[in-house]
Amino acid sequence: MHVVIIGAGEVGTSIAASLASDHEVVVVDVDPDRAEQLKYELDVLTIAGDGTTSEIQTAADVGRADMVIACTDNDQTNLVACGTAKTLGEGFTIARVKSTDFLRTWEGNEGAFGVDFMVCTDLLTAENIVRVIGLPAAIDVDPFASGLVQMAEFEIAEGSPVAGQTVSEADRFESLTFVGLFRDGEMTIPRGDTGIAVGDRAVVIGSPESVQSFATDVAPETTPDRADEIVVVGGSEIGYQTARLLEERDFKPRLIERDADRARWLAENLPKTVVMEHDATDTEFLSREHVDDADILVTALRSDEKNLLVSVLAKRLGVDRVIAVVDSPDYVTVFEEIGIDIAINPRTVTAEEITRFTYESVAENIAVLENDQAEVLELELTEGCGLTGRPISEIVAESDARFVIGAITRNHKLVTPRGDTVLQAGDHVILLAESDAIGKITSMA
Amino acid sequence: MTTAIRVGWRASVGLTGDVLAALSVPLAFPLLVAMYYGESPLPFLAAIAVSLALGAAFRSVRDPTANLGPREAFLAVAMIWFLVAAVGAIPFVVAGVGTVAHPVNAMFESMSGLTTTGATVLVDFSVHSRSVLMWRQVIQWLGGLGILILATAVLSELGVGGAQLMETESQTQDVNKLTPKISRTAQLIWGIYVGLTALAVVVYFGLGLAVDPQMDLYNAVAHAFTSVATAGFSPEPLSVGAFHPLIQWAVVPFMVIGSTSFVLIYFAINGEPMRLLKNEEFHFYLGAMGTLASIVALGLFLDPNVTFGVEGTIRHAVFNVASIVTTTGYASTDYVLWAPAAKHMLFMGMFIGGMVGSTTCSIKSLRWLVALKSFRRNLFTAIHPEAVRPVRISGKPVDEAAIRDIYAYLLLSIVIFFLLAVVIVVDAERADLQVTEFEALGAAATTFLNIGPAFGDAGPYGTFASFSMSTRAVMVVLMWIGRIEIIPVLVLFTRAFWTS
Repeated sequence: MHVVIIGAGEVGTSIAASLASDHEVVVVDVDPDRAEQLKYELDVLTIAGDGTTSEIQTAADVGRADMVIACTDNDQTNLVACGTAKTLGEGFTIARVKSTDFLRTWEGNEGAFGVDFMVCTDLLTAENIVRVIGLPAAIDVDPFASGLVQMAEFEIAEGSPVAGQTVSEADRFESLTFVGLFRDGEMTIPRGDTGIAVGDRAVVIGSPESVQSFATDVAPETTPDRADEIVVVGGSEIGYQTARLLEERDFKPRLIERDADRARWLAENLPKTVVMEHDATDTEFLSREHVDDADILVTALRSDEKNLLVSVLAKRLGVDRVIAVVDSPDYVTVFEEIGIDIAINPRTVTAEEITRFTYESVAENIAVLENDQAEVLELELTEGCGLTGRPISEIVAESDARFVIGAITRNHKLVTPRGDTVLQAGDHVILLAESDAIGKITSMA
Repeated sequence: MTTAIRVGWRASVGLTGDVLAALSVPLAFPLLVAMYYGESPLPFLAAIAVSLALGAAFRSVRDPTANLGPREAFLAVAMIWFLVAAVGAIPFVVAGVGTVAHPVNAMFESMSGLTTTGATVLVDFSVHSRSVLMWRQVIQWLGGLGILILATAVLSELGVGGAQLMETESQTQDVNKLTPKISRTAQLIWGIYVGLTALAVVVYFGLGLAVDPQMDLYNAVAHAFTSVATAGFSPEPLSVGAFHPLIQWAVVPFMVIGSTSFVLIYFAINGEPMRLLKNEEFHFYLGAMGTLASIVALGLFLDPNVTFGVEGTIRHAVFNVASIVTTTGYASTDYVLWAPAAKHMLFMGMFIGGMVGSTTCSIKSLRWLVALKSFRRNLFTAIHPEAVRPVRISGKPVDEAAIRDIYAYLLLSIVIFFLLAVVIVVDAERADLQVTEFEALGAAATTFLNIGPAFGDAGPYGTFASFSMSTRAVMVVLMWIGRIEIIPVLVLFTRAFWTS
């Protein structure tokens, strides 16, 4: 695959590093020194220049590229770069953006800005934080369909209320599908009357909210519930998105923001969050507001130094779990070494998401389960493919491949699959399949 | 040193002239009634002549280059509401019968009509011609229409009729967005108003045919004019109490609809009923009315002197509470005779009012709702001083400046109400009249908040003629100020309005 990466910052470099061994990678950066340096670090071709111009893009052979990844630190640059790339060739374009406004526009009209896939750094980071907060009991969690759908794998522990129930008893959520059950390393496709035993591993696919509710059923001890105190420090875009996603999952977080206008804006847009306007490094304030009693504290301030200070303060005050957003990847280990529970770097998260996307397959997105026994994949259905136009029950009956459709997204809305659901072209289908069956299924899509 | 006047008053006077000239059209309606019943057409011919002459005179000073900005609009609104009432008083004076023959009384009756108050100085209804009594109804209908157009379509930045609050109303975000053009919005609102009035005529007349010959076409039209306008005049001395219980029940929904936001009614008619049904102000308004009616009904059941029967007790409680809260001012019975507890409940109900963007008067549910929510917010921030908590109505945050305005408006209303009550008591003492404090408070609230009847001699079956002439003159001014929500009148008395 010929891949052009525009922007050789943290994100671009990290993507280039993971692709360089298997693919032909060209990296474009506006800074000649950076381009020169990268040439020696990685086995890639580098070009110095403005990646938005067709001149530079032609030099990078974008016309022949299978994939163009625009991941500079500037949203507009990335969008223009993708637009330019579309004028030169057919390559799949990926843009990294910070602004959720661009993401909403793009979601409303896929293909807008000449972008085939958009990764919103701040939203992605917030989704990651919320996953870490909400699903500590899960062995594995993966988002699909730009975060609309989640796959999660849980081990049923001793004393879990779900143990001893049948699948239909446990799966009491409208938008959740029980797709797989591993017992003693063997996968079974669960039926409604399949019993769940201690030690089983259950794989579910559904909306993030329903997965959250299911986690509460499986592991009520470890999964935070509404009563748990969650404090978000810093009303940056990441802080805002984190609080918003927490609200969606029925939590009632508190958010501390120093700037009066921003605090007002946050309070207006987060109806279920208590927004406080104050400096979070004021220990007197923190103890007056009983932040020390918080179960989880997230720091999403704009500077790493502040995040470090607040995280350390929170740990000293006695907060159970502290999650810090760390802007510089170099500091991630530093944070974790001094006792911060989890440090999340937005750039690393973005690079991972984009890399995940570059797997060469019709499948847009995959997750491998239990030593390669099964995979969860996301397929975008094309016009006239073998899966459209028929009810799901018919497809399953005819095919000898073992798979379960866990969720469907249609026009960015979640559709819960039932036996009589008819798939349409353009649908994103998230399914679990036995590894042997993957080939058959992807050939049908 | 002379300071230039910075108000384009010629534009305001010109607009007032337009309205005065247009007033000749509704004046023709009682004229036709007079001709039909063979009564003297003179009162209306005189009023039409004055309206046309004044209209022409006012229009002649119009300066076509002057723009009608907010200041000019304030001036125009104040002038229109005062002068239309003055012209509306002419038929009473020319007819020359009963208490309203006196100019101050005629002005009181006319202002009470135009402001959709419904307080009357009539003593003996039988001396008046049917056409004069119909004119009282027509002027109330016009008053209701005027305030609706002002509140929903025109000049919403003036805040008359709670219009500036309408942006605060969830989902109606921008009133002017109903249609891009103000004139089109006005047409829509006027269409709903006329349609509801016509529906009321049909319902009243139909029920009249079925159960009560007293409700003839004349009475059906007369009461339709004043129910949707939440105005309250009735050509019957016993008000709606003169009719069959079924008709009394039928009047209640029209009063309630008249006090419901016409913008939300518009959406409801156009297939978006959820905007109305999920509106918090609507819930508050209905809830307040329901709670008060239940308490009053309970009080009446417990009162051994009241013998209405079960249906009658519920009907009188619901009807009179709805009449007071919607600021209509009809009565189904003489509630002056009720026990103090029930009467005081009605008194409290006077201050609530219906929804913003309707024909209702008084303080209005939205203001109370915002004030209560903001007070609850203060309780929260007392414990968490750093918390930022927007006040939300139907989920939408309310602007802090609007909350300050609402507090100011509430305070100003209460102060003016108390001052008026004091004036009534003092003036009654001067004139050696027997007015109790409760009656004075009731009369002050009912006129300033444009409701209608009060308690004591000024009760629903009584008359305001029992107050002294000077008290009535003060009431005329306060009905005027209260209807156009204080500010457009008060600003006229500031130097800054005229010069800076």
